[in-house]
Amino acid sequence: MASILKTDNLRVEYRSREMRHATKLALQGLNLEVNAGEVFGFLGPNGAGKTTTMNVLLGFVQPTSGSASIFGIDVRQPIARQRIGYLPELTYYYKFLTAEELLRFYAKIFGLARAEADQRIDHLLKLVELEHARKRPIRSYSKGMQQRVGLAQALINNPDLLILDEPTSGLDPLGRMKVREIIQRLKHEGKTVFFSSHELGEVETVCDRVAIIHRGELKVVGRVDEIRKPQHANLEQAFLEIIGFQSEVAT
Amino acid sequence: MRNIIAVAGVVIKELYRRKDFYVLFIVTVLICLVMASVNIFNDDKIVRYLKELCLLLVLVSSLVIAISTTARQIPAERENRTLLPLLAKPLSRVQLLLGKFFGCWIACGLTLLCFYVFFGALSASREHHWPLLQYFQAGMLHWFALGIIVAMALLGSLVFAAPSSNSTICFVVVGGIMLVGRHLDKIALPLPEPVRSLTMAIYYAIPHLEFFDTRDLIIHNWPLIHWNYFGLAMLYALAYIAVFLTGASLVFRRHAVN
Repeated sequence: MASILKTDNLRVEYRSREMRHATKLALQGLNLEVNAGEVFGFLGPNGAGKTTTMNVLLGFVQPTSGSASIFGIDVRQPIARQRIGYLPELTYYYKFLTAEELLRFYAKIFGLARAEADQRIDHLLKLVELEHARKRPIRSYSKGMQQRVGLAQALINNPDLLILDEPTSGLDPLGRMKVREIIQRLKHEGKTVFFSSHELGEVETVCDRVAIIHRGELKVVGRVDEIRKPQHANLEQAFLEIIGFQSEVAT
Repeated sequence: MRNIIAVAGVVIKELYRRKDFYVLFIVTVLICLVMASVNIFNDDKIVRYLKELCLLLVLVSSLVIAISTTARQIPAERENRTLLPLLAKPLSRVQLLLGKFFGCWIACGLTLLCFYVFFGALSASREHHWPLLQYFQAGMLHWFALGIIVAMALLGSLVFAAPSSNSTICFVVVGGIMLVGRHLDKIALPLPEPVRSLTMAIYYAIPHLEFFDTRDLIIHNWPLIHWNYFGLAMLYALAYIAVFLTGASLVFRRHAVN
């Protein structure tokens, strides 16, 4: 299977303002490969380096060493972003625009022709179930609706690779279920999805493979059932063991 | 170019969907209409005071719109995290900056057009003539001065994180340039070295916004500015716009996105 996202010995150091700690190591030698058509879960506790990895993949952060490529193109080239869709965590889209106007704006950036953009907007608003609210300003949307409009903007260019940063963060169970359904639908359409999440139950449901990262270091990568060894009841227990967490209640 | 137009379009939409412009326009109209309704000593030349007041209100309103609209553009994108999905698309940081600049500048131009149409109508109701070329020169010079201010505020929004501090600093700088800037060379003369050289350097470095203030031209119905000087003033403004935008793009290139 062809790999469409690859990081090779990726290392990112941030300069700290505190004198004692000159640099903070956010990623150390990260090697990842995501294959075409798979849903890949990227897990780790807060501060593990998930968002930093995504920032490198999107060209927001320059790696200190190592390399990252998408579709075989170095992520520092803007053209690498032509075929990807990205949903950041907790984004508040332009409140004065309607969902339709927001999608049209992003469609223009991708250079979609008017007729094609109209078709994509209709399809996406139907997919994220926002057809009824397409003419309403985003300021009147609930959090779940805003997250779904975010998902729609990530799909406007019909991307081959979707990068989702905690797509269900802050959503109620119904909102989470709707986002999960959309991810599964995209998987059936053959899209590659790379997403980070703290909802391990959700990861277990939708992901083909997962990677667990802790303190900038890749701890494990593999199929969900491989990681969820026979002695573990679920992915959450496996996750806690891999990152070295020991429950005080258990001990 | 397509990306720049798309970003500029969103900025223009933002301006006409916010209340700022409407509030300033209505306040200007109300003050001017109240002043116009007053007849002091049956003095025909009172119309000059009315024109002066109206143009002063237009100047202040345009500065408020230009600075407040521009100062919040990039900080709001960062705060609402819309900068992330935007830059994750095939849009470069320079294109984003140019889109923001042209959006704010064009939006300011549209608001100026409304203000000048009102001013023209008010003035014509008293003087019964439309000196369109004078209005064109005054409006264009005003708009190009706003271009310098918009570019400066855009650079400021990348240096000062909070829109409020950037707005305040921009207002102080613009006010300082308009009120004191033109006199700096005279102020410098009696000063000891090196303060004198420093003051002279500031005098030559700052954009002289007073070149673009042609209120007297239309208040006193003076003849047109020679078109060569008019063109030179435009080039002068474009040079400062280019300097500020280059500075902004250099700062933005090193800026962390989140």
